[in-house]
Amino acid sequence: MRLIVDGKSIEFEADPEMPLLWALRDLAGKTGPKFGCGIAACGACTVHIGGEAVRSCSLPVGQVDGEVTTIEGLAASGKLHAVQQAWLDEQVAQCGYCQAGQIMSAAALLEANPDPTDQDIDEAMNGNLCRCGTYPRIRAAIKKAAALKTAGI
Amino acid sequence: MASVAKIARRTFLIGAAAVAGGVAVGYWYISRPYANPLEGGLAEGEATFNPYVKIAPDNTITVIAPRAEMGQGISTTLAALVAEELDVPLDMVKVEHGPASFAYYNAALLEEGGPFPFYDQSLMAETVRGALGGVSKALGFQGTGGSSSIRDGFEKMRQAGAAARYVLVEAAARKLGVAASELSTANGAIEHKASGREVAYGEVAAAAAAIDPPATVRLKDKADWKLLGKPQPRVDMLAKVTGAPIFGIDVVLPDMLFGTVKMSPRFWTKPVEADLSKAEKMPGVVKIVALETSYGHGFGVVAENTWAAFQAADAIEVEWEAAEYPADSAAISKTLQDALASGDGSALRDDGDVDTAFADAPRERLVEAAYEVPYLAHACMEPMNATARFKDGVLEIWSPNQMPTITRYLCSEAAGIERDKVNVHTTHLGGGFGRRGEMDFSIYAALLAKEAAGRPVKVTWTREEDIRHDTYRPAAAGRFQARLGDDGLPEALDMRIASPSVIGSALRRMFPSISPLGPDRTITDGSHNQPYAISNYRVTGIAADIGIPVGFWRSVGNSYNGFFHESFMDEIATAGKTDPVELRRKLMADWPTAVKVVEKVAAMAKWGEPLPSGRAKGFAFTLSFGGWVAEVVQVADTPAGIRIEKVWIAADVGTALDPGIIEAQLVSGAVFGLSAALGQEITIAEGMVEQSNFHDFDAMRISQCPAFEVAILENAERMGGVGEIGTPPAAPALANAVFTLTGKRIRTLPLSKEVAFA
Ligand code: FES
Ligand code: FES
Repeated sequence: MRLIVDGKSIEFEADPEMPLLWALRDLAGKTGPKFGCGIAACGACTVHIGGEAVRSCSLPVGQVDGEVTTIEGLAASGKLHAVQQAWLDEQVAQCGYCQAGQIMSAAALLEANPDPTDQDIDEAMNGNLCRCGTYPRIRAAIKKAAALKTAGI
Repeated sequence: MASVAKIARRTFLIGAAAVAGGVAVGYWYISRPYANPLEGGLAEGEATFNPYVKIAPDNTITVIAPRAEMGQGISTTLAALVAEELDVPLDMVKVEHGPASFAYYNAALLEEGGPFPFYDQSLMAETVRGALGGVSKALGFQGTGGSSSIRDGFEKMRQAGAAARYVLVEAAARKLGVAASELSTANGAIEHKASGREVAYGEVAAAAAAIDPPATVRLKDKADWKLLGKPQPRVDMLAKVTGAPIFGIDVVLPDMLFGTVKMSPRFWTKPVEADLSKAEKMPGVVKIVALETSYGHGFGVVAENTWAAFQAADAIEVEWEAAEYPADSAAISKTLQDALASGDGSALRDDGDVDTAFADAPRERLVEAAYEVPYLAHACMEPMNATARFKDGVLEIWSPNQMPTITRYLCSEAAGIERDKVNVHTTHLGGGFGRRGEMDFSIYAALLAKEAAGRPVKVTWTREEDIRHDTYRPAAAGRFQARLGDDGLPEALDMRIASPSVIGSALRRMFPSISPLGPDRTITDGSHNQPYAISNYRVTGIAADIGIPVGFWRSVGNSYNGFFHESFMDEIATAGKTDPVELRRKLMADWPTAVKVVEKVAAMAKWGEPLPSGRAKGFAFTLSFGGWVAEVVQVADTPAGIRIEKVWIAADVGTALDPGIIEAQLVSGAVFGLSAALGQEITIAEGMVEQSNFHDFDAMRISQCPAFEVAILENAERMGGVGEIGTPPAAPALANAVFTLTGKRIRTLPLSKEVAFA
């Protein structure tokens, strides 16, 4: 089986029924996406496929159609993505475990909607659980990232 | 408070911990310093000054922050304490957790284990604190919990930095041939201003490490702090926004296998019959192993990848024994109610003469209520996991845990390996909240590693396994009555609270040979030690053993006692026609620290100003872990249900070392408490937990999250904790707001069973 992950072609052998998450984590060495629930209920495993936010725990690896980007490949050419920079500026993460998923969801949101309202943020981010309760800072960071992106930073 | 004589007759449960270690605690033992665990693992040319500081010749400065980083920001603040005195900027230091070692004992963790409220500074209270801190030191009890890390580390870490700086300056003075007093330090270097010469710490580190530090070092005055007292960028933030492999679940080792467990869904029971044949034949399965531990019985699967292990665990067919405890939630509730009605308890607060005060109370002066709360799971974002390797007689464990020395001890026992052949590596924790002070996940990994022919095994639990095999926040029930005076204020308050003992349950699984002694103060923690002056005031805790494993859930007893005490205070205020804030002002007058947070939060929330219709506010206060916290919650009636619009928090922690991190922790704690109040409960049917994943045990989502406004005060004399203190007042403040909004007094959690939330 061959996948393009974070811009690199990766070869591995897997049961096509295996969720993409486990193929990434156990076979492809990509531990950035996290396991939280396995039933598309927490968002910790979020990756991008063709620019869309996808819950990798619930997508069989055999059905992946397109290039996969994980949190590890979000910072293109060594520079942090605007969302990551905003997360750093706003000091969002606590335990950090949900944050790879939060950042991937936020990045996809801003790609589709460069200037989201509070309600847009609620809708796009509601599938991403954070047990540490970092939501107020997530909200602030998404707005900051939107501003950074608009300013072309 | 209960008199000293009454207290002296009791043996407190925490005493059992001393017995557990088999240690006779004498002065010599307590004052004996532990060896520096860094000495064995130094890199070429690297020097160590004490268990907290290493410096390499290239000026790489490593600080050991030996407390579990689970989101509370402890690694940043502990490192800042050292960096402050070492005179280096925080971004110049590398922060590591370090090995499991007795040297990293946490004295503050046990200090408050006695029967005294935090504000009690009597000789008796201080003596017991000192003695319990000594127990922790003697046991080498390295743990993260009880919101104690900063209280424990405040002096220690600064002294470690100051002592290292002292010998570095001394070594530089010898090298430069000048007096130490002519030298100054900044940015990891020593400067001789008169001659313009400069020496980096790394250049003299080896020489400095050979110099004995003085017995006492002078610490900086607060006014001279450069890092402390100001928000610092967290040392772990970059790793956390780039997906770096820092968590237990991210451990990757050469030749590693993967695994999972399937433990009995009925606690403590064993399989009656099991058919492994289907599971064993599944692709990728290496081995299935029966597990028998003090945490429970079941099976472990070793496989080529985690997915294969999950599927094989699913395919194991087992019939489990029946439960030996009340098998459903109704029976559990009945056990609690029976205990309340007739159980013997211990009153950790017994002021005045409560029985007499109620004997002739006229009906119309009485306020009575019954409350009950359910079990709760921790549901850390990172499911339980650990990785272990048993090779050449040595057991290595990589574990996201809060208790490294006990983890080492219990894994060595379970695996039958000498303790000095077990090494525990503590990773970052994807949430802890008390769950990761347990050892089950580490023990299971250790046992599977023993069956893996020298290969490492990463053992990851499914979310279902995690929710169904927690050490739950105990269910609890309370019956309360108050007698009001002519002024509407309480003349007498009597609270009876029944709950399983967390400490008794923890001993059963960690040290099964020790039977619990004396009362468990956590049962009434948050009710018996609050700063209220009421002439006749009694709080009785009754341990109701139920058999479902219960444990330390963010704020422990305070999590439900806050709800009980502060909801009932609101009932007293309503019955006595007193404003809830006014009520506190009067009853707390002897504790100015409490009054100040109450007044602060009231001012922030514009308490008392009229609100548009369809909106209401609720108030609550809890003193827990030395943090004085008042919260106001504002709710609004919307077509979709009740919405939590805003939360104001005022907290006094004595000395605020990092206001940015403290703010985050207060909000985090409140969200944790609100999540439980909104909709969480663990219920039991046929001896098994009914919930299994986030679809039926959810937590607050971003769309439900209110706006927060936080104020941090520093009036308290003693320093308080931070990680848990935002949780206890959140549920009662919300319930009190719902009462004001709807007229409905809800005395059970979650509130969603009575009202709908947006
Ligand atoms: S692990 Fe995929 S959504 Fe939770
Ligand atoms: S930061 Fe811990 S779960 Fe979100």
